[in-house]
Amino acid sequence: MSERPAAPGTAALEPVIGLEIHVQLATATKMFCGCELSFGEPPNTRTCPVCIGLPGSLPVANARAIHFGLMIGLALGSELAPRSIFHRKNYFYPDQAKGYQISQYDEPLCRGGRLGEVRIHRVHLEEDAAKLIHVGASGRIHGSDASIVDFNRSGTPLAEIVTEPDIRSAEQAGEWLRLLRGTLRQLGVSDVNMEEGSLRCDANISLRAAGTSELGTKTELKNMNSFRFIERGIRAEIARQQKLLLDGGQVLQETLHFDPDSGAITSLRSKEEAHDYRYFPEPDLLPVAIDEQMLAAAAAAMSELPAERAERLRGDAGLSEDSAQLLAFRGELGDFFEAALAAPTDPPAGAQALANWVTGELLGRLDDGQDPADSRLEPAALAALVGMVGAKQISVGAARQVLDRLLAEGGEPGAIVVAEGLAAMDGSDELAAIVAAALEANADAAERVRQGNAKAIGPIVGQVMRDTKGRADGTEVSRLINEQLGL
Amino acid sequence: MTPVISNDEVLHVARLARLALREDEIEPMARELSAVLEHIARIGELDLDDVEPTSHVVEVTGALRADEPRPSLPRDVVLSQAPAVSDGGFLVPSPQA
Amino acid sequence: MSSGALELSAVAAAAAIRDGSLSAGELFDAYRERAGADRAAGEQGLNCFTWVADERPAQAPAGGPLAGLPLAVKDLFCTEGVPSQSGSRILEGYLPPYTATAVARLLDAGASLLAKTNQDEFAMGSSNENSGYGPVRNPWDRARVPGGSSGGSAAAVAAGLAPWALGTDTGGSIRQPAALCGIVGLKPTYGAVSRYGMIAFASSLDQAGPLTRDVADAALAFAQMVGRDACDATSLEFPHAITAPSAERLDGVRIGVPDELTGDGIEAGVRACFEAALARAEELGAQVQTVRLAHAPHALSAYYVLAPAEASSNLARFDGVRYGLRAEAQELLEMYTSTRHDGFGAEVRRRIMLGTYALSSGYYDAYYGRAQRVRTKVAGDFREAFAEVDFILTPTAPTVAFALGEKTGDPLAMYLNDYCTVPMSLAGIPAISIPCGLSAGLPVGLQIAGPAFSENRLLDAAHAFEHALEFDGSGARV
Repeated sequence: MSERPAAPGTAALEPVIGLEIHVQLATATKMFCGCELSFGEPPNTRTCPVCIGLPGSLPVANARAIHFGLMIGLALGSELAPRSIFHRKNYFYPDQAKGYQISQYDEPLCRGGRLGEVRIHRVHLEEDAAKLIHVGASGRIHGSDASIVDFNRSGTPLAEIVTEPDIRSAEQAGEWLRLLRGTLRQLGVSDVNMEEGSLRCDANISLRAAGTSELGTKTELKNMNSFRFIERGIRAEIARQQKLLLDGGQVLQETLHFDPDSGAITSLRSKEEAHDYRYFPEPDLLPVAIDEQMLAAAAAAMSELPAERAERLRGDAGLSEDSAQLLAFRGELGDFFEAALAAPTDPPAGAQALANWVTGELLGRLDDGQDPADSRLEPAALAALVGMVGAKQISVGAARQVLDRLLAEGGEPGAIVVAEGLAAMDGSDELAAIVAAALEANADAAERVRQGNAKAIGPIVGQVMRDTKGRADGTEVSRLINEQLGL
Repeated sequence: MTPVISNDEVLHVARLARLALREDEIEPMARELSAVLEHIARIGELDLDDVEPTSHVVEVTGALRADEPRPSLPRDVVLSQAPAVSDGGFLVPSPQA
Repeated sequence: MSSGALELSAVAAAAAIRDGSLSAGELFDAYRERAGADRAAGEQGLNCFTWVADERPAQAPAGGPLAGLPLAVKDLFCTEGVPSQSGSRILEGYLPPYTATAVARLLDAGASLLAKTNQDEFAMGSSNENSGYGPVRNPWDRARVPGGSSGGSAAAVAAGLAPWALGTDTGGSIRQPAALCGIVGLKPTYGAVSRYGMIAFASSLDQAGPLTRDVADAALAFAQMVGRDACDATSLEFPHAITAPSAERLDGVRIGVPDELTGDGIEAGVRACFEAALARAEELGAQVQTVRLAHAPHALSAYYVLAPAEASSNLARFDGVRYGLRAEAQELLEMYTSTRHDGFGAEVRRRIMLGTYALSSGYYDAYYGRAQRVRTKVAGDFREAFAEVDFILTPTAPTVAFALGEKTGDPLAMYLNDYCTVPMSLAGIPAISIPCGLSAGLPVGLQIAGPAFSENRLLDAAHAFEHALEFDGSGARV
């Protein structure tokens, strides 16, 4: 394995990706003042001297925001700093009321940790900026376009989570982000809704020769507000850097914007002109000391850490590692699974089978980030359905149809099976007759199967499944086909 | 005597501080700052390696606020001192980029 | 109402109002007239005030310990609906929607807002020549400065234009003008009084405090202001109630005098008054000894890194977006830079530059980082000294009031006015200045500093000195 970076074009380049996530905390009030958080209120109706930076105003830290910060740290397995301080990050911008943001610098609330395959670098608390609404040319501002500043959002508590650059692909980034979101949702510390802005993600991307350890020049991709855009954006940037490097060019350290409509990547500003934030400890706030009481309160509020839950699902429910992980870290799925598992059904659903249905068929039918508890499907109904499949009372195909109905209308699987006539076909003459008819209708395929082309059985099976509305058991159909063909 | 801070540095600092400086103000500023900085430089004489910095002279921690809502200011009050207002917000020239 | 009413201290006037022999309303009117007259006199007056009430307070005060006493308040305290400009043109006419806690507590205790006093712009200065609203003149000699930055408050009290006033002290801004004007000025323990509503200069140093005719008045005001405020995370619960000072002797009191702050830099006439005060102290039963404040000579340097650094950040909010001056501009950057150039005076601009430089990339460790360490050392020196003595005494200022314009050309010379007061600011300990004599007809101040939270004992010691020294401040009365 070479330690020297290979010349461009002569070795595979591997992406090195780190994420910076801002999470708006679901506290009742802002980070440093008692204003309520705003959800679309008219501009500048949720402000006070502190969050609009009036002369003489002073910040006072929100205890609950710190509590949520500790919960995040615990969930990520981070080290919680016994003493952390706030710093001022100084820069001028119309959305920054005081001309500085109160954040944390070299003594953050949490350090280290891990979630899934990605290590956490740090977690810290800070306040959000105001919103700038571009309004174009305004008669009252001669020369340049105008913007309107709305300070409702100013001061909203944020937790900033920074990962190590452990991510190696756009897909992995998307997957991990979903894992993080599920974890944070389970903690109840945030709405973590990308569309609404309570979850924001920037990506730092660089490339290096595979197998080396030195980091290449990184770019920062900002302003992507959905999982899909993040994946596409990262993919596009990787491709851009790849092409640039293979053409013998150099990656410039800069901040980039991905336009999901055009797929184009444009530069927002050169990172070389980086701000000098002149960080210094915030003199208006005292250091935050984490005592036993605060730790205990954070731990208690979490009920069960995802890692513990995964352990429990593996041990008690006998689930596979993968299933246990997914259900533990996507809390809403885990909740649904455990509720289903606890439901008394006859015939009973096996735990792994149920887990497979939750993480497979069910998850595939939900919207991105949708909580199954919000759907019309009842956990007990899913359990009953899986039990029926296990007892071969219905085929897998039929079960999928029933699941669709349950999600759309709710109800009870047994009733739907009867109403739709989806009960499994037993090995009766009825099925044999349908198989015979299918063989006739697909004579060419039948001939190919006879000749030894096993794959040609596909369309025949498909025909039978259509004719039986999916009720037939696939294995049984194949058996009958082969039997009737004399194979 | 070479000034502690050069004209270029003065311009750089002025930019960071968003302070305009007229041509004729740059050199006097460099001179005045240099004089003060020279005096201040004496803190460089001390051996302070083992000393912790004091960021808060108050030796206390905590002072957190309960997460309970307080009334916000009425918007007309918020905007009452604003130099320019539009659609319920503070009107400013747009930042470039 | 007899003219003698204007001679009464705040304590005496409050008592007279409570026993019915003095009308609060009439007293307020009398002061209002005098303050208004000074305002109207322009260059012929002292220029103490940036605003004077144009009528009696709307609500007759309901009594309370301050019984309707008129109170003058430094311009930088936010007073709801009343201009609060911190002596700056960038906030000309700014009307805050809330009142500073320190002021609110005094008003709740019965005081009435008489006037806002002139000050050095954003509290940066030692002569009140940096105000955007013209310099303040010293009532002892109108060709001289009253000191700063609370020059307006000090001059008003010395001239008898207000019974007492509120000021702020960051590096000496209550104590030094009190000394130059021959009155009492108290800088409390850092954190003892809420900073909420004080337009900030340097957050880790700013403290509100009273400027008064005598020590008893200072105690009365302080007692009402002191205590934790939920709106200021750095404010503290004072460990005990503030008592009225009464001591007339200093038996058993150990006084420490640091060579570092009482040597060559002190002008001869000031030193003479100081030595005389020390001699009096011994007569009153005190023991005087030398103490070491080894890092005091570096305190001024550290202060002139820390204060401007914090100020450069605190003043970033003055950007023309939400309030205050906004310069005409074609685009945003120009709006920022022109607003701040035009709205801030020269000294403020200088300190913003200094502070920005000290915090900037590459310089933080050499300047800000080091200054924070010097601060640790200075605080440590005081702690060690207070293990041996009860109080530390120094002259408050190295000179008496100097002439207007004498030091404005040399910022460094101006900064040196603070070198006796700055160490106490860095350490966060309380200190009071009381007049201890005259030198060439101008007042000299004696500074008494004590450990954190020692205000009761400090005020008592100051009271004993005051009683013994019998300083006559009538020479300044208008």
